[in-house]
Amino acid sequence: MVRTSHRPHQVRGGAQPPRTPGASSPLAGTIKIWVRRHQMAPYLLIVPSLALIAVLVIWPTVQIGEFSFQNYGLPQLAGSEPAQWVGVSNYSQILHDPEFWLSLRLSVISAAVMIPLTLLTGTLVGLLLSRLGRKMAAFVSSVAMLAWATPAVSASVIFVWLATPDGGVVDWFLTKLPSWLGGGAHWAGFSWTNAALPAYTLITALVVWTSFPFIAVSVLAGLRTIPAELHESARVDGGGAWRIFWLITYPLLKPIFLVLLLLSIIWDFGVFTQVYIIIGELGQRDEYNLGIYEYSKAFTMPPAYGLASALAFILTIILLIITLGYVRASVKQGAIQ
Amino acid sequence: MTILAARAERSGSGRSRRRLRSRRVRRAGLNLLGLLVALVTLFPIFFMVSTAFKPPTEIYSLTPHPLPAHPTLANFRAVIDGSVIGLPYWNFLKNSLFVTLVAVAASSLIALLAAVAVARFRFRFRTTYLIMLLIVQMLPQQALVISLYLDFRSVGLLDSLVGLILVYTTFALPVTILMLRNFVATVPRELEEAAALDGAGPMRIFWRILLPLVAPGLVATSVFAFIFAYNEFIFALTFLNVDTAKFTLPLYVQYFYGRNGAQWGPIMAASTLFTIPVMAFFLLVRRRLAGGLVAGAVKG
Repeated sequence: MVRTSHRPHQVRGGAQPPRTPGASSPLAGTIKIWVRRHQMAPYLLIVPSLALIAVLVIWPTVQIGEFSFQNYGLPQLAGSEPAQWVGVSNYSQILHDPEFWLSLRLSVISAAVMIPLTLLTGTLVGLLLSRLGRKMAAFVSSVAMLAWATPAVSASVIFVWLATPDGGVVDWFLTKLPSWLGGGAHWAGFSWTNAALPAYTLITALVVWTSFPFIAVSVLAGLRTIPAELHESARVDGGGAWRIFWLITYPLLKPIFLVLLLLSIIWDFGVFTQVYIIIGELGQRDEYNLGIYEYSKAFTMPPAYGLASALAFILTIILLIITLGYVRASVKQGAIQ
Repeated sequence: MTILAARAERSGSGRSRRRLRSRRVRRAGLNLLGLLVALVTLFPIFFMVSTAFKPPTEIYSLTPHPLPAHPTLANFRAVIDGSVIGLPYWNFLKNSLFVTLVAVAASSLIALLAAVAVARFRFRFRTTYLIMLLIVQMLPQQALVISLYLDFRSVGLLDSLVGLILVYTTFALPVTILMLRNFVATVPRELEEAAALDGAGPMRIFWRILLPLVAPGLVATSVFAFIFAYNEFIFALTFLNVDTAKFTLPLYVQYFYGRNGAQWGPIMAASTLFTIPVMAFFLLVRRRLAGGLVAGAVKG
């Protein structure tokens, strides 16, 4: 790294700073002049980050695409046979695999439930926070952010413990619930992890618990940008809370909601750690979502890296399409200036 | 006239008193609701800590109690001397802190350079670079982990904390750069120009002017990098699988749980010891964080 790369003050059109006295060697001086003449400073400043991202994110993504057309497996890993191009056979194998469709269905359905629930809970809590006094709002939001900061591994293990069939709080609570609320003795010893529906109910509760605080805090920050007079005058004109939300709050916060929606889709569709722990590692194949299914193809014996890469590529493409929407929304909001 | 005025005043004050009371009732209702949200949200964390202090008889009792009747430290002792999986908790805390701190320091420094570039200069490919950061941030880790595993295997970075540091540093970069650039942009340019006119070199300006002024922002963004690296699971799970002694805390807790399915006391004690430090750290910088969170995530 060249010393002169740290030139925070050098702005195009700005005053040229006086040359530092004692530029150590002739070479350093030459480099310094070259950097300044070609306005290389910003490029030098982004080189380290660019290099790391290129090597550890972009190149691996390209490799995933490459492997997805190869028969990369155990012999290739051991080096006894070279990887061969197999065309689209990995993809056609996936499309004919009922397990793929099952896992895709689980991913789509669970995301379709998690996302509206998270957004709804987060928005309601955000609205509540905006109405609370300063101290109370600070208290509630920091407690909520604790849920957000809880490591996924801890949160998953806690939720498994809460819902364990022997001695868990959830089953105990459900047996005590009056029957018109769906409670009753049949909940005693109910296993939440043995089948896909209860397992994903638990995962949904966990994901909502973890991610609503972020939505609430973001909505609150957005609400604070709306002038108070706007709400007041609407209230004076006799608008109810419901009307005020849809006529004033929602249209003004629409850009924030769009970004939050897209972020939620990306996060909830790609949920991995919580699912991995709650379904009990890679044991129960009928509880795989797309991410877990892909991971299991690569990391259970015998590994099928080519097939897994094809799955990873499909997952990446799905998320990339949503990401492009997210980028467009961010650019429109002036995030890139 | 005076009577009328007095009456008007009295009725006015009566109305305002009524309004005051209804406002007070509403405020109490809202506070109650807020308290309820806080309690429900806190419950899982509270129950983890409470279970960690319970003796086995209370853990397996058929009617769960919120608080331990006879609190015990036995679960923590089992975790700390490692009688359950053979290695003490400190071993994993050490790994986690080493990986996290190095990754946070490296990514903060590298991100600061990039943030200065995007906040202070207009250059070609600047927008392309920023958009690339937005996209990179969203790529699914469970996809990249396949090729990274194969690459790291060929260069001997599996079962190595260095490999994890490299990955954590890189994956923390996009969000750190996007957030830091807002903080750099708030530092008035005139300060730097004035220092330059006074003959300060670029290094001096960087260390003496920019760095102290960006420090609060650096704290906020480093919290994000810290939480990400300290909590990260997929890469640790995939890269570290032979040598248990190299496990980081998330992997240790998961391994612990996987091996000792029903020992909820020690599992919750391990989980508490893993979770509490990040929460304490988080609460310490909470106020700065809320601003940074929104600046980084909603605006970029």
